[in-house]
Amino acid sequence: MNGIVEGYLIPGVIMVLQSLLLLVLLLISIAFILLADRKIWAAVQMRRGPNVVGAFGLLQSFADLLKFVLKEPIIPSGSNKGIFLLAPLVTVTLSLAGWAVIPFAPGWVIANINVGILYLLAISSLGVYGIIMGGWASNSKYPFLSSLRAAAQMVSYEVSIGFVLVGVLLCVGSLNISDIVMSQQTGLGTKLGLPGSFLDWYWLPLLPLFVIFFVSALAETNRPPFDLVEAESELVAGFMSEYGSTPYMMFMLGEYASICLMCAMTAILFLGGWLPPVNVAPFTWVPGIVWFVLKACAVFFMFAMVKAFVPRYRYDQLMRLGWKVFLPISLFMVVAVAAILQLTGWAP
Amino acid sequence: MRLDQAARSIFLTEFVSAFFLSMRYFFAPKKTLNYPYEKGAISPRFRGEHALRRYPNGEERCIACKLCEAICPAQAITIEAGPRRNDGTRRTTRYDIDMVKCIYCGFCQEACPVDAIVEGPNFEFATETREELYYDKQKLLDNGDRWEREIAKNISIDAPYR
Repeated sequence: MNGIVEGYLIPGVIMVLQSLLLLVLLLISIAFILLADRKIWAAVQMRRGPNVVGAFGLLQSFADLLKFVLKEPIIPSGSNKGIFLLAPLVTVTLSLAGWAVIPFAPGWVIANINVGILYLLAISSLGVYGIIMGGWASNSKYPFLSSLRAAAQMVSYEVSIGFVLVGVLLCVGSLNISDIVMSQQTGLGTKLGLPGSFLDWYWLPLLPLFVIFFVSALAETNRPPFDLVEAESELVAGFMSEYGSTPYMMFMLGEYASICLMCAMTAILFLGGWLPPVNVAPFTWVPGIVWFVLKACAVFFMFAMVKAFVPRYRYDQLMRLGWKVFLPISLFMVVAVAAILQLTGWAP
Repeated sequence: MRLDQAARSIFLTEFVSAFFLSMRYFFAPKKTLNYPYEKGAISPRFRGEHALRRYPNGEERCIACKLCEAICPAQAITIEAGPRRNDGTRRTTRYDIDMVKCIYCGFCQEACPVDAIVEGPNFEFATETREELYYDKQKLLDNGDRWEREIAKNISIDAPYR
């Protein structure tokens, strides 16, 4: 009896509390990320963006939350009610579930599983189900077309994301996400005799893969310029056309949670996670989570800027980019990375 | 030429230059007017909310000639005329403007021989009910008293061009 309490109950409660803490902090930061997105977009267009609610509009997302929650949810009479209401739940749950394996600092991870990167890939692939379910259950033209687009788009870009991950994993030799970060302490820079610095991170030796991963992450999260799924000039609001109120908010929440997840993944895979940019005194004093958050925010800034200055792709261009450009390049890079690691004897 | 194009697309030159261009715009001064606190410049010819003006001695200008009522393309103006009780001069007994019908064309102020009905610089007269937008004579005269200084200034600025 004592063994059960100490072996399962206490660690279980601790894990639940940790998850709750992570969820609360994550949702609050998503509120500010959403505001940052709008502010950056506005700044590029020489607008001010939301600036009325709270100082500099800082509370805008919370006001939006209240608005969405207090609105009447409308369920179309022709819709498949169960699936219609399940879809936003699926989206939000899956995109929040991915955060379980993200290490914020050494040891700061809820589930330090050995196949963390596979889990992340699986979770982000499942994300498309929320969109397909929502689009199909709406029983309406535009959401249906949008979910067809989403299915094709997200599946195509997962392929190149998969190969990019293989390229990184070849250098790391482990599927554990914390190991991926740790292995970036020694990399190209230290091999050339330099002290540990940002030159060790994988963005430099795997630069083509880094770019491909960034662009595929945009496509995978349906961000502009690849937001064909919710292209408002063609499909009204895509799969969210029939949604309003809380279900709509959950779709938005899920979308931004997966965007943040992709930013965090980019920071972990290519930008050294919690590692300081230069491994000397003033930088090493700063706790790892600060570096991690800074890097993820920098990637998000690029996400937001891309939304502001790149026009939307046409659907055939999107497919061409995914299958005829990214897939061959990432495949070639996997072979090249494997060959270089083998020939130089750097393979882990 | 093909090679050139390929090199440019591989090194994402357009993407990078677009990034720096948009960073320039990012730090450029904002064009937004912070509306309730900042307002844009308004021309002296701006045609906003209507007002009935008075002479400096307090006598109302309108002589009930009904030219504004006649020219109003939206037929938003309704006038009834009659002799005034104390001196028997011709005055309006009723002067209504349906601000919902009005198209703010400015024909009424062009038609007026005595500059009585004018469209002032005020554009912030939204109301919560439709009834409040059916202006009567009293409301229009009050508007005139309230906006007289701005209206007189605008008319004097615009006078050389008429």
